[in-house]
Amino acid sequence: MSTLHTVNKSPFATKTLLSCLNHASKGDSILLIEDGVYGALKGSELAEIITTKAKDFSVFLLAPDMKARGINEDKLIENIELVDYAKFVDMAAKHDLNQAWL
Amino acid sequence: MTDTVKKFLYVNRKAPYGTIYALESLEVVLIGAAFDQDVSLAFLDDGVFQLTKGQDTKEIGVKNFSPTYRALGDYEVTKLYVEKESLDERGLSEADLQELVWEDEDDDYAEKPSIHIISRKEMADLMANQDVVLSF
Repeated sequence: MSTLHTVNKSPFATKTLLSCLNHASKGDSILLIEDGVYGALKGSELAEIITTKAKDFSVFLLAPDMKARGINEDKLIENIELVDYAKFVDMAAKHDLNQAWL
Repeated sequence: MTDTVKKFLYVNRKAPYGTIYALESLEVVLIGAAFDQDVSLAFLDDGVFQLTKGQDTKEIGVKNFSPTYRALGDYEVTKLYVEKESLDERGLSEADLQELVWEDEDDDYAEKPSIHIISRKEMADLMANQDVVLSF
């Protein structure tokens, strides 16, 4: 039983990402989409706490949303996997449960 | 139609009047109650503000929908889980929330509390053990 969590808010504007990280279960997947992609920025004031809390999960980033915002891959924290829309659909289908963090 | 009962969790994370999410969630819960599923409601982060007592919206020109939570029991929505850490972070306690009850027809219509205060860990487990999670 594992869950795909999507987060679509910047962690600098809301606590949505932190709340997701605090409620996801070990082994779950977390996909950052829309403004959620800012949560993967290396060197931010939240990067350390996000990296620490994310250790129990697999973290993904929707590449089109990253590119749209001018974020280059080398600006990302470690252990993030980039996915495209097709992979997003695939992930949604393959997890038992999908939970959107708004 | 099938007889399969699924576990539905409605997750409420927003305060009641700044956005439309809280009211929309309550409406969907009431509509969904017609389908006889195993329904639970979760209140965490600013969502705990939805259940506070003493709400008075007369001067902001919107409907005070907080009394509607008291009707949930009649729709067999009897499991409202409120996260303790979210209450604590906001300086709230259970005493600041409405008293919500439901009548147990299998127990001589005894009134039982609908609100259950649970820990963040228990909330995480609750979320993981659902068939469907709807977020508001």
